[in-house]
Amino acid sequence: MNERRGIPAAPPAMREKPRVWYWLPHPYMTLVLVGVWLMLNNTLHPRHVLIGAVLGFAIPLFAQHFLPEAPRIRSWRAAMRFLPLFLWDVVVANFVVAGLILNLRRRMRPSWVAVPLDLVDPYAITTLANVISLTPGTVSSRLDDGRRTLLVHVLDTADPAAEVARIKSRYERPIREIFEC
Amino acid sequence: MLRAALHFASAAVALAMLLSLYRLVRGPSLPDRIVALDTLYINTIALVMLVGIQLSQAVFFEVGLLVAMMGFVGTVALCKYVLGRSIIE
Amino acid sequence: MIAELVISACLVLGGFFALAGSIGLARLPDFYCRLHGPTKATTLGVGGLLLGSMLYFSLLEEGVIVHELLIAVFLFMSAPVSAHLLARAALHLGIDAGTAGSPAAGTDPPDHEPPPAG
Repeated sequence: MNERRGIPAAPPAMREKPRVWYWLPHPYMTLVLVGVWLMLNNTLHPRHVLIGAVLGFAIPLFAQHFLPEAPRIRSWRAAMRFLPLFLWDVVVANFVVAGLILNLRRRMRPSWVAVPLDLVDPYAITTLANVISLTPGTVSSRLDDGRRTLLVHVLDTADPAAEVARIKSRYERPIREIFEC
Repeated sequence: MLRAALHFASAAVALAMLLSLYRLVRGPSLPDRIVALDTLYINTIALVMLVGIQLSQAVFFEVGLLVAMMGFVGTVALCKYVLGRSIIE
Repeated sequence: MIAELVISACLVLGGFFALAGSIGLARLPDFYCRLHGPTKATTLGVGGLLLGSMLYFSLLEEGVIVHELLIAVFLFMSAPVSAHLLARAALHLGIDAGTAGSPAAGTDPPDHEPPPAG
């Protein structure tokens, strides 16, 4: 387990890549840093774009040995298709759970379900766990069996098995497309 | 109408903070209190944003951002304490 | 006028969901159910208020402001992490919900946290 969550001394993926990735070890992080800098200053002034670019270039370069390996996104199209679906689910689930909470007479049927994972990539598992937790009504609670089962608490369900099937088909498959296949 | 919406939202968030406070005092277990604190800081961000609109002051974003970061670090530190490990690994 | 209507709707919706989350926190019977409160208060509650605030400053005041987006993104990233840690802390202490398939108390396995996002 430890070598998987530990920090690799030199990111192995870096060696086979072209030389430009040596200077940009975390391209997504660079983009995020530039974006955060511009949003913090709330401007698009060229001066701030320049400062942001310098920060986005320097921070990943100097911090790369403390950071886990950069995520690799295989399919941006799958990601773009997944995002609106996820946001819509969040809104719908919010209304459903608010109805459950405010309806005083209704008895809830909370349940624990274990979701067997097909995902291997740690970033994919993190994304799935975050998506499950952000959708109201389900909270991912623990990763078991050497990262092969995700323990999820469901606020109200009549059929736990159906809930597992829903999570696997609705969330896990798109995330797998984004990160792995 | 905007005034009315602002007043409703402020009242709702204030009531939400009172309910979180009830859970914080009542407990019964330690994680319950941590959840209450978590909700309390999230509601604080909401209230700060509402005050910002009411006063038409853009400075309150920084306040909200700082509360969000400090609150998250606090929740994680408390959870790590309960999990019985060192807080900083 | 329409801008004002949209902003008011965002604020009312945000306030309503923040309140609903806390009612859940105060009312629900066991810890793991109460844990669902904060995730909800964060997503649509604070999300709606932040959207309302962003629209207010962008449409009715001085030019476009996107600061709130930063807070919203930060909350969206941090809320599931803290919910996950809270659930693990409760499982570690052996707080039993007494529901179907409840995992045995005190069996928190050694650390295998996913790496931080970002």
